[in-house]
Amino acid sequence: MNFNFRHSLALTAVVCAGLSVATAADAKTFKWANSGDVSSMDPYARQETFLLTFNSNIYEPLIRRDRNLKLEQALATKWGQTNPTTWFFDIRPGVKFHDGTPFTADDVVFSLNRANGPGSNMGSNFVSVKEIKKVGDQRVEVTTKYPDPLLADKWAAIGMMSKAWAEKNNALNSADMTKNEENFATRNAMGTGPFMLKERRAGEKTILVNNPNWWDKPTHNLTEVIFTPVANPATRVAALKAGDIDMTYEVPPADTESLKKDANVKVLEGPETRVVFLGFDQERPELLESNVKGKNPFKDKKVREAIHRSIDVNAIKRTVMRGQSFPTTLMVAPGINGYTKDLDKRPALLKPEEAKKMLADAGYPNGFEVGMDCPNDRYVNDEKICQAVVAMLAKIGVKVNLRAQTRNLYFAKILRKSDLKPGETSFYMLGWSPAQTYDVHNVFEALIQTPNPATKKGQFNAGGYSNPALDKLADAMEQETDKAKRDAMIKDATKLYVDDFAYIPLHQQAVVWAARKNIDLVQLADNSFPLRFVQVK
Amino acid sequence: MLAFILRRLLQSIAVLLTVGVVAFSLFRYVGDPINAMVGQDTSMEERETLREKLGLNDPAPLQFLNFIVNAAQGKFGLSYRTSEPVGRLILERVPATLELSFCAAVFALFVGVPMGVYTGLYPRHWSSRLFQAVSLIGISLPTFLIGILLILVFAVWLRLLPSFGRGETVQIGWWTTNFLTWSGLKALILPSITLGLFQLTLLMRLVRSEMLEVMRTEYIKFARARGLTNRAINFGHALKNTLVPVITVTGLQLGALIAFAIVTETVFAWPGVGQLFIQSVQFSDIPVMAAYLLLIGLLFVLINLTVDLLYFVVDPRLRSQGGSARVAGH
Amino acid sequence: MTALSALSGWLHRAADSDVWWSFKSSPMTVSAATVTFLIVAIAFLSPVLAPHTPFDPATLSLTDGLKPPVLVSADGDWAFPLGTDDQGRDILSSIMYGTRLSLLVGFASVVVAMTLGIALGLLSGYLGGAVDALIMRIADVQLTFPAILVALLIDGVVRGIISVQRHDEIAIFVIVGAIGLSFWVQYARTVRGSVMVEKNKEYVQAARVIGLSPLLIMVRHVLPNVTGPVLVIATINLGLAIITEATLSFLGVGLPSTEPSLGTLIRLGNEVLQSGDWWITVFPGITLAALVLAVNLLGDWLRDALNPKLR
Repeated sequence: MNFNFRHSLALTAVVCAGLSVATAADAKTFKWANSGDVSSMDPYARQETFLLTFNSNIYEPLIRRDRNLKLEQALATKWGQTNPTTWFFDIRPGVKFHDGTPFTADDVVFSLNRANGPGSNMGSNFVSVKEIKKVGDQRVEVTTKYPDPLLADKWAAIGMMSKAWAEKNNALNSADMTKNEENFATRNAMGTGPFMLKERRAGEKTILVNNPNWWDKPTHNLTEVIFTPVANPATRVAALKAGDIDMTYEVPPADTESLKKDANVKVLEGPETRVVFLGFDQERPELLESNVKGKNPFKDKKVREAIHRSIDVNAIKRTVMRGQSFPTTLMVAPGINGYTKDLDKRPALLKPEEAKKMLADAGYPNGFEVGMDCPNDRYVNDEKICQAVVAMLAKIGVKVNLRAQTRNLYFAKILRKSDLKPGETSFYMLGWSPAQTYDVHNVFEALIQTPNPATKKGQFNAGGYSNPALDKLADAMEQETDKAKRDAMIKDATKLYVDDFAYIPLHQQAVVWAARKNIDLVQLADNSFPLRFVQVK
Repeated sequence: MLAFILRRLLQSIAVLLTVGVVAFSLFRYVGDPINAMVGQDTSMEERETLREKLGLNDPAPLQFLNFIVNAAQGKFGLSYRTSEPVGRLILERVPATLELSFCAAVFALFVGVPMGVYTGLYPRHWSSRLFQAVSLIGISLPTFLIGILLILVFAVWLRLLPSFGRGETVQIGWWTTNFLTWSGLKALILPSITLGLFQLTLLMRLVRSEMLEVMRTEYIKFARARGLTNRAINFGHALKNTLVPVITVTGLQLGALIAFAIVTETVFAWPGVGQLFIQSVQFSDIPVMAAYLLLIGLLFVLINLTVDLLYFVVDPRLRSQGGSARVAGH
Repeated sequence: MTALSALSGWLHRAADSDVWWSFKSSPMTVSAATVTFLIVAIAFLSPVLAPHTPFDPATLSLTDGLKPPVLVSADGDWAFPLGTDDQGRDILSSIMYGTRLSLLVGFASVVVAMTLGIALGLLSGYLGGAVDALIMRIADVQLTFPAILVALLIDGVVRGIISVQRHDEIAIFVIVGAIGLSFWVQYARTVRGSVMVEKNKEYVQAARVIGLSPLLIMVRHVLPNVTGPVLVIATINLGLAIITEATLSFLGVGLPSTEPSLGTLIRLGNEVLQSGDWWITVFPGITLAALVLAVNLLGDWLRDALNPKLR
């Protein structure tokens, strides 16, 4: 508790200075809620949208994303490649941390190394990096092991920390789980961002206050932000209707309509970049959980097609998702580089007899039985979607035994093991968003390429779909710099997996936020919620 | 008396050790904490290294030994979910749960006992029957539904009370309290009613049946014959005799209150240990779950000891009989 | 067998006694009994009576989803008198099947608790000494751990021991076991008290002299004596068990939502309560409240009627 107290004293001075500028009448408090808490104040503690976006209010990246998710200047004013393996970033002069110390190139080098260091969860953004060094007071240079055209995109998620602050408080690395010591940066924060951390009570509430000395012109008018986790969705909706909170993130689809009818509330909705899909085990010679012995029905394209074309995504949209989904046939969503619109056409739905006949032609005249895995707390209405799929497949003679479980157990079961041996599943649900690069290559590499322990491709290809032609195209597009050629490769590869019925893409779930009428905010397609776009009227 | 307390202490330690074994063996197997600790992009190798470093690949007995040795020193390690020390996480949440449970118990006692006395004294009066019927609602609907209905009525429709959370709290040392601010007090009302309703019904029914029995004893008839006023008889003699079972039940129900607080805290986003526990279950946050169970074990043991001691104060007859009095008493 | 014959003997005596008279003279009790009987009968006949089979996914269709009840909306469909949920499940049939499941959990856990409690109570009272002390101490500990915690514990342990795949199939046993385990103490104490009284009576001593097993004698004579109080506890516990199952479902340890119990139905409906689809939670809620209320009223009456001191 001691350090907490000291820290808040130090901050109080800054806060008071800030408040004296804005008069009391101008005080704008913004209260908002989400189902879960930010797990840490350390910007590198976990690679998950919610933590990254929350902490980006305090810790800013070199390059940030604007309202349209395009890169724009933040702490770097200029960046680019001097040669294919060298990147440079020019640091914005005159920026100060919340404690008044100047922001320098040393802080950048320190932060990037910390993000790539022990305890950090951001390591995957540094796979290509060879060296990060300071070149003069205003420039940082990065050399990579091979050309990495997406480095700047990846690093838009990495906030800059104060080296002096981290040294003083012994927070040189992110919290190390293996040491039984607390890390100062878990509970405290010192960045350059538009907001400063005033109070942090994990799981209870987190209070931010306006940074009066922010380098950028504020697009918000908030003086104080109170964030509270409220786990029960019904309570969250009630709190918004009652005016106890100004905004809630991730509204349950069922409540969207009733909130729209509330005169004091407005609902913001848009598609999320994540695609939710179903996958098959196409790898094992015999399914783990099926009554078919000696062969694997999912290796047969006809079977995959019959199932794919028996799932009515529009019916799921209407009832289960209450209209809050955007059906898709591709593994990437519109807005991601490499989304091929003219291939996003769902093949016509089969009548049950047609599907049955297709199964009979494949050698399953009486259908078959298979186990299905589904999370029950990961995606919007995940378990209910799976239940609906079970009912749809029951009509074509495929008896699905559904097991829905909490995400930790679920992922431990279905994901591939560390040596890329397949996980224990026959039929499963997963969601994926190439959120770091916003490029389709990430999807090919992680989900569709043949799993390969040597190259690390296909790590999340849980069903082991494999098509050598596609592998080749995906590898080629990674290094291709000619946009037209690359687009052609993407189109060819997309066509391959669509025609193979490799996966059953269901939909993009909608991002639904709700706020009181007097709140102005911007909803971003990646479901991130930077407070700098919020206005209280 | 000293021997009795010593014996009870020994038993308490045995109970706590058992809870420790349960806590550990239970959470050794629930879910895979690694998936909760990393993002979905983390490579399999990084996952495996972390598993090794956390000791999750050690043999179970070794892990248990480490666990007990550390727990005895109050060291539960860092939460997998928040990477904060578990001891402090729990300590921060304890005041919220204790204040809520306390208010719920007070509500149950101060409404339940008078209602019980009244319905016991006038069992055939229509209002007694009404009380009884209404009180049954407290045990006929699940807590979570009662909670959400109260929120809808008092927060959303009437706008009288806050829909969730603790409101403003005042910090006194490490303790945070609701009792010193207006919004804190208002925030306590709905969760306390939700949590206390079940106990209220239980107490009311208990007091009623005890009163019915006591009122028929020779002892009361004698008091009446002596010409004592109704008031003196009802409260001085009859109610006093129902105290032993009331204390027993209240003591035992304090444990139930703290356990049921899990539900109430989830519904009202009340930042107590119950909410922390259920969040931890969802994230397979083993250190927090283990520490919570041990804490609950400790609390229950303490409550039991207190109840035992209270018997000696309330019922002089028991002072000579020793430790088994309680079991025989009820 | 002994328990059964004891029960039938007790029923015969009860029918002649003023217990029956007290039943007939209390309209509230009669209506409670009627409600209980109706709900139990309909629930157990649900495979015959229910218009749909909501547990069979092949019969569900999303096109039937979210239909309102016929009486309140023109959009209703007489095939689904109380409306449907978002999976197209008929609410009326779901309630019937769900009630059956809830009653099953309730009865089964009461039987577990009763068996365990009576056995331990007999043992404890008859043997006395160290065994008695041990059992009663365990009872003390057990009393402080409420059903919810016990269930969370047992569920966690079971999840660890068996493979995750089979968890849904055995979820019902876990819940029955957990609730049963947390309710045994009351039975044990009642039986133990009764045994302690009977133990020193002369007929028991005499039986011992002529070589009969005194334990058998105890069983024969003690059980009929405690049938009344045990029945009272059992009735109250039945209501409690059904509510506990519902609460566990809210905490995510309940029965799988493909085969929802009454509690699971309420939990699912609770999530959409504010969306305007009130029927998904209100009808199961009313059924649950009616059932538990009726059972509790019966328990109350039984306790008062069987209590000789109150007559």
